[in-house]
Amino acid sequence: MVSLNTVWQYLALQSPLQLHSTMMSGDSFNLIKMGVTTFALPALPYAYDALEPHISAQIMELHHGKHHQTYVTNLNKALESHIAAVAAGDVAAQIALQQVIKFNGGGHINHSLFWQNLAPAGSDETKLEQAKELVAAIERTWGGFDTFKNAFSTALLEIQGSGWGWLTREAGSGGGLRIVTTKDQDPVVGGDVVIFGVDMWEHAYYLQYMNGKAAYVENIWNVINWKTAEDRFLGRSEEKNEL
Amino acid sequence: MSSTLLRTTPALRGALRASGALKATGALSSASFVRGKATLPDLPYDYGALEPYISGKIMELHHKKHHQTYVNGLNSALETIAEAEGKGDLSKAASVAPLLNFHGGGHINHSLFWENLAPASREGGGEPDGALKKAIDSDFGSFDTFRKQMNTALAGIQGSGWAWLVKDKSAGTLNLVTRANQDPVTGPYVPLVGIDAWEHAYYLQYENRKAEYFEAIWNVINWKTVAARFEKS
Repeated sequence: MVSLNTVWQYLALQSPLQLHSTMMSGDSFNLIKMGVTTFALPALPYAYDALEPHISAQIMELHHGKHHQTYVTNLNKALESHIAAVAAGDVAAQIALQQVIKFNGGGHINHSLFWQNLAPAGSDETKLEQAKELVAAIERTWGGFDTFKNAFSTALLEIQGSGWGWLTREAGSGGGLRIVTTKDQDPVVGGDVVIFGVDMWEHAYYLQYMNGKAAYVENIWNVINWKTAEDRFLGRSEEKNEL
Repeated sequence: MSSTLLRTTPALRGALRASGALKATGALSSASFVRGKATLPDLPYDYGALEPYISGKIMELHHKKHHQTYVNGLNSALETIAEAEGKGDLSKAASVAPLLNFHGGGHINHSLFWENLAPASREGGGEPDGALKKAIDSDFGSFDTFRKQMNTALAGIQGSGWAWLVKDKSAGTLNLVTRANQDPVTGPYVPLVGIDAWEHAYYLQYENRKAEYFEAIWNVINWKTVAARFEKS
């Protein structure tokens, strides 16, 4: 079992200020104990063709088997180099690795969340009544589910370049729902809870939709896993710790 | 404001001029402004002409759909700015800046890209010669080293973007730079050759194997165009 939370903690440590205290407190030893080189590609919770016709099997196979695998492989490599740099007290090398860790660690986190928040169209998980409390909160926030859906779709289509769109619940007691986008593989970190995410990299849709990304955005709603979304919203999800 | 903006954005102005499209129209309601309208430039070769290195289908979508979308987005951003100027709404005009950068950059970058490519059976591929070769040798050590560094830069782009061989006008040297998304090459840099590292530039043919695309594209680089840009810079 691999702790996804470890990557989160790790990314949260990626500030030059904390780097210093990390080194001073001997956390380099803990990095090894954390087993950071053992990230592995999680199995998909459904078959590659299970999301057809909305996402083709070919896209899913490449996206999971190749793209996600590459993030996992490069994350492990970067973390190994980082451990060596910490052990050597080489701060410059550590700083140089921060962006690589952020990109590949983010890629691993984002795709892991994405697979879990999708489900075959027509399955129970894709029915909105699986997310009664979340939908109620969405309606309170946006005034209506369709208003939210339009706002989310618009945010996805306005991403310039590669990136992700997320519905998040903010950290803290307020815990408001927000639509956020992140560029490239930047993950949502800092305690905000991801309810669900949509990958807007071209590799997520191009083989099927080509330049017609609006159709991809329209169809993705058919395969959103509202059960996962509700679990995450209510804090019932354990995937943050054990994925 | 749109004309002011064009005056202060040489790269954008250049691209508009390059597409032969900078012209005065009085089409919008406040007839007192002049606006430049970008148009999709013709490709200097057929869609299938870069095969087998870049498929005809990629070229057709890339030119006819993607580039056209940047052209439309640029014109729409310029119209919004002109309208906002007419109403004295400067914050509205300023709010369009990211769209102007993205779509204007997309138009500039693709216009340069099409021209620095050519069929392998014609000007495409091979190696530069003359003054350009000398400059590459002197700034990178050799053409091969340059090529490797450019491919490393391309592979290192995290997300969508471009890699460029540029001339630094202030230092007089050649450099490699990468740009995120559609950010155009500006400042002291004159773009000489650009390679599009967006997934839409290769995915239908190369899928996740982008390193193969970065290898293949050298067979269709038009060094004649690059040399001409270098000599003008």
